[in-house]
Amino acid sequence: MATNLALNIEILDYAFMQRALLAAVLVGITAPAVGIYLVQRRQALLGDGIGHVAMTGVGLGFLLSWSPVWMATAVSVVGAVLMELIRWYGRTRGDIALAMLFYGGMAGGVMFINLAPGGSNANLTSYLFGSLSTVSESDVTAICLLAAFVVLVTIGLRRQLFAVSQDEEFARVTGLPVRALNLLTAITAAVTVTVAMRVVGLLLVSALMVVPVAAAQQLSRSFAATFAISVAIGVSVTIGGTVTSYYQDVPPGATIVLLTIGAFMLLTVAATPLARRRARAAALVAAREAGDPAECAIPGTRTPTGKVGV
Amino acid sequence: MTNGSDTPTDTSTVTPHPPVISLRGVTAELGSRPVLRGIDLTVNRGEVVALLGANGSGKSTAIRTIIGQVPLSGGEIELFGTPRRRFRDWARVGYVPQRTTAAGGVPATVTEVVSSGRLSRARFGVLRKADREAVRHALELVGLADRAKDSVDALSGGQHQRVLIARALASVPELLIMDEPMAGVDLASQEVLAATLREQVAAGTSVLLVLHELGPLEPLIDRAVVLRDGCVLHDGPPPRALGQHALPGHDHVHPHAAHDAEPIRTGLLS
Repeated sequence: MATNLALNIEILDYAFMQRALLAAVLVGITAPAVGIYLVQRRQALLGDGIGHVAMTGVGLGFLLSWSPVWMATAVSVVGAVLMELIRWYGRTRGDIALAMLFYGGMAGGVMFINLAPGGSNANLTSYLFGSLSTVSESDVTAICLLAAFVVLVTIGLRRQLFAVSQDEEFARVTGLPVRALNLLTAITAAVTVTVAMRVVGLLLVSALMVVPVAAAQQLSRSFAATFAISVAIGVSVTIGGTVTSYYQDVPPGATIVLLTIGAFMLLTVAATPLARRRARAAALVAAREAGDPAECAIPGTRTPTGKVGV
Repeated sequence: MTNGSDTPTDTSTVTPHPPVISLRGVTAELGSRPVLRGIDLTVNRGEVVALLGANGSGKSTAIRTIIGQVPLSGGEIELFGTPRRRFRDWARVGYVPQRTTAAGGVPATVTEVVSSGRLSRARFGVLRKADREAVRHALELVGLADRAKDSVDALSGGQHQRVLIARALASVPELLIMDEPMAGVDLASQEVLAATLREQVAAGTSVLLVLHELGPLEPLIDRAVVLRDGCVLHDGPPPRALGQHALPGHDHVHPHAAHDAEPIRTGLLS
């Protein structure tokens, strides 16, 4: 314990580590907070697509000598809105349009960065895979502002976003502005991608949006618990990955993603007895109300009154 | 539950009781294929109307034009005497979409799903004590109060349908619109659903429901509208002991829940 404390303090002595840890924590909160709605509406890979589009923003930022973070935010928001519009209007060839958007975004990034004076693909690498130690003061300011927006939306509008992500058709009949909320979800996801870009990198962003949610699902029965557990997992792995990369010379982005997948596997194994116990409890309840398919779960508790149906 | 006949409407200056749903000459297309070719449909206050027809006759599309999910290519729709485009009073409408599951991509409890139905009455999405009370009451109506904290993933197909109906009832609506509420539902749940619906109708709720067969709901139904190829074929008393099995083009396909490969008793053969 005492050594841990000493280590932590030593880490915090470096300004770049302070910034890195702050950025990591914010990513650990925001990525699962948005990801849960994407998983709920079965668009788990939307974050990956936005990540590709954001590359054009990074390239443009270099070319125009503007902040790559803000430029990537602007371009990925435009990309996310386009994707949402394609989902509305182009149902038939939607996947083709999305593919063009994704790969066009990636190609645009490579093109612009090579057009930039003194720019090469090497500049892009730190955005593709994350580069915590080069997070600057202005990056941190941008990340804080964007993360505040994401938290405000995902927690403040949780009931509305839950309803729309659960059942869009029903949400329309409750009078919710379904299209506006869909757009807001896409924009929030785009903002999250740029928040996470410096920490885990554009190519790995989606993992931090999806895997903590998948891991949390192994334990939880409610949406609220899934939200809380996935954010807790997100914060733990981003801090864990950042600290690990400080002591061992390993890339933080990859470490964070591997830790997340490790957490998923750990929770899956740990949850097996839990799931079994719940299934047994559910089967008992079902057996009490004759007529439910309890006989399939526990053949021994088949009640003589159980009717056979199809 | 004092909804229905004694609630004043905002358009009462025009007519004392405008029909709760009124479709006039409604046409709609899916892609470029015409699905509705000019439908007239009226549901009066307190009436229970069944929409029958073979698969592909346009039943579900008709329902989905009413809620605004499918755009109109012609005709007019009014809800409670207000053109649908200007209709904002969605708390008066309870909707049960055609689903075989109430679950999404993330676990959610029965209460969480049913609470969505209360958003139309909750300001800024804040659920107060009265709202929680209404959610609990809706769960009692469908006999699932004891499963309130369970994950919807743990429910049977019939119970999923009961959750969807509780969600529609949570806003205490004056009009229920249901798309095949009995599809894939076990016998026990069918009886619960029929009893719930009977209570609602007795309290004055108007109902428009798409049905595959009249089944246990038959005694409740005041009027049946039969569609064929996007046109109204029949509008009047329900065809007795006939349902849509005798209609042309009937090929008896039923949606089935795929969740967790649980065997589901639909009660269709028993």
